[in-house]
Amino acid sequence: MPRLHSPNPCIQRLGSLKEIQSFREKLLKSYDGKKKRILVCSTGCRARNALKIRDAFYNAIKQEHLSSEIEIIETGCQGLCAYAPVVTIEPLGIFYGKLTEKDVPDIIAKTMKDKEIINNLCYSENKNTYPYRKEIPFFKPQNKIVLRNCGYINPTSPEDYIRRNGYSAIAKMLAGLKPEDVINEVTKSGIRGRGGAGFPTGLKWKFANGYKSDTKYFICNGDEGDPGAFMDRAVLEGDPHSVIEGMLIGAYAIGATHGYIYVRAEYPIAVEYSTLAVKQAREMGLLGENILGTGFSFDITIKQGAGAFVCGEETALIASIEGRRGMPKPRPPFPAESGLWGKPTVINNVETLASIPHIILAGGASYAQLGTQGSKGTKVFALAGKVTNTGLVEVPMGITLRQIIFDVGGGIPHGRTFKAVQMGGPSGGCLPAEHLDTPIDYESIKQAGAIMGSGGMIVLDEVNCMVDIARYFLDFCQKESCGKCVPCRIGTKRMLEIVTRFTTGAAQTGDIEKLQTLAESVRDSSLCGLGQTAPNPVISTLRYFRNEYEAHLNDKFCPAGVCTGLFRYEIDLGKCTGCGLCLKNCPTQAIAGAKKQPHTIIQDKCQVCGICMAKCKFNAISPKPQVKTPALKV
Amino acid sequence: MQSSAAPSAETHSRPTDSQIKETIKDLPRNNASVVIPILQAVQEKFGYIPPESLGIISKHTNVSRNKIYGILTFYAQFSLIPKGRYLLKPCRGTACHVKGAKDVINHIKNILNIEDGQTTPNYKFSLETVACLGTCFLAPAMMVNQNYYGNLDEKKVEEALKDCE
Repeated sequence: MPRLHSPNPCIQRLGSLKEIQSFREKLLKSYDGKKKRILVCSTGCRARNALKIRDAFYNAIKQEHLSSEIEIIETGCQGLCAYAPVVTIEPLGIFYGKLTEKDVPDIIAKTMKDKEIINNLCYSENKNTYPYRKEIPFFKPQNKIVLRNCGYINPTSPEDYIRRNGYSAIAKMLAGLKPEDVINEVTKSGIRGRGGAGFPTGLKWKFANGYKSDTKYFICNGDEGDPGAFMDRAVLEGDPHSVIEGMLIGAYAIGATHGYIYVRAEYPIAVEYSTLAVKQAREMGLLGENILGTGFSFDITIKQGAGAFVCGEETALIASIEGRRGMPKPRPPFPAESGLWGKPTVINNVETLASIPHIILAGGASYAQLGTQGSKGTKVFALAGKVTNTGLVEVPMGITLRQIIFDVGGGIPHGRTFKAVQMGGPSGGCLPAEHLDTPIDYESIKQAGAIMGSGGMIVLDEVNCMVDIARYFLDFCQKESCGKCVPCRIGTKRMLEIVTRFTTGAAQTGDIEKLQTLAESVRDSSLCGLGQTAPNPVISTLRYFRNEYEAHLNDKFCPAGVCTGLFRYEIDLGKCTGCGLCLKNCPTQAIAGAKKQPHTIIQDKCQVCGICMAKCKFNAISPKPQVKTPALKV
Repeated sequence: MQSSAAPSAETHSRPTDSQIKETIKDLPRNNASVVIPILQAVQEKFGYIPPESLGIISKHTNVSRNKIYGILTFYAQFSLIPKGRYLLKPCRGTACHVKGAKDVINHIKNILNIEDGQTTPNYKFSLETVACLGTCFLAPAMMVNQNYYGNLDEKKVEEALKDCE
């Protein structure tokens, strides 16, 4: 794994509250805000060659002898992943995306030297280009608290974090707040657990604080297992020190002396950077014994998950840290009373913890001004699927789904229409277009049939089959079920079998009702969150897309054209212009027709691959029910 | 994560007991909570958990062999059979699924003629679909050892496999 170039390898040891303050002042003094900087996303964008772009920038400024004038900052995720690889050019605030190595000399020559904007690298929407990050419609409605540093700082530089007010929340706390004051402030903020369940964080801390014990633990849950979610990954990769600071505050509040960051092994960069950040914090005296000379002690161990979704559940996570099979156990007792090795333990999600320093600094009341009555603050969503601007967004609670998907997300690409949004991963549900104006808060989303969850938001369009989506999530939960309790182990298996019958055309009369009953039983009788929520995708699709189940059952037809064998493609003779694009691209030569004349599909040769439909510019090809005798003679 | 994560050429020759002991010697002894980190170290070093290592880990941790077996079969990260030099991890997460991951995975299976969880006879490729790589903006995506490949289609899958030389 290539490492980021650390700008300052010598670590300063901070022995007192005064020293951290003077260190920050020194950093601010030596920081020239007017200096030209190129912020290169070097984490998420790596998958699209970001490191080569970074090296090209280093080489270019070296060649042009600009090393003293231009600084390159390697940052975490800047948010607009659809444009990866991205850079931001400071102090102008210009945002460029979809870069190739060839663009680098141009950026240096034009933008860095002459402040000239290169239009074809800018964000564009509706034929308008937006060169400046703050004007881009994707960024405009966002309010970054959790992601305040993500994409602005080098995640391997504690100095960057400290300069931007990092570790000043613990300084404020250690200078004069009692644990009860901290808990009060967090309670006042109204923040609820961002891992999905939405339990009030202040209350959790209050419980753990109330139990007397010689040892208490504080755990950061970074086992982001929901497929379609990458918020925690981005925070651990882009601003790991904010999580450590959040943990320090939590540990102080409940009286914990040791903590764990439990992070998925599937996130190698997050593992690397959080490990490095812990080491740096320890060397600086921000972790360990007698932190900042105040007598407060706390240290952190990194634990890598080993690939089990259920370990995101807190009692299973504890079992995994203890070195056992990650199986949940009944609650109560809650971990706040008896958790890791039987000691009082608080487990908070990455995103919750990254919000905490802001709450302590700005005050709980100020945080509580954001959001709705029952859901305060901001929430990070991972926007993906059939949406133009896939990426990481942070918005105040109370904003509507429509604003996120259409204003921030830029709507549905390829001229298709919105069908549903899947929220909350395998524990969540699918909300149809009629719920687009639902405000985002824990209660409204739950009432509509999904859950806030950890923040995965997958947009679906008309070529996604809802029965297939339900089957997908069931298959996931079935594989990830730990097998301890019967309703989850066997119930999800039987549900999967029934849904599979729908997708293969073998469904029988009564299957919809059977599925509904079974889903409700599994929900009501499973031991932990995994089983209790596993039926949600089925229940929500049955609620909103029952017609699709009925089409699979009665007509043996998949209207979205996904379930193999349950549809065939046909060309609408009225819409086809005879452009020949489908004919040219068909891998099995199954399309016939003269130039400028409507084409037809030779069904015997057709492999139903869907390439023709994807290529057609006139929406002339669509899935149609299978017929025994071809209606169209060729 | 170290760059040595790529299973090395010695993968298919069985590691000796002393190699296994060497790998875990610095990890704490007689401590049940270290079983998973030990298994992770062994998996990382050899690309799999050699069955003969169970006895060694048991002695080291003072946890019974059957408990260790229970743990290693519970977590998806561990494998009792050797892996190829290139570990292909196509993502079957939600975003990838709705963007056609199934076709991508099937194409890999067809090219390599192996099923999920299997290794090619020459120990070059192993296929292991994963729940979510967290790179949903690249959907459909795949990791090959430590490298990401995104926006895959059949052609890009073939190119990615060609990179593995």
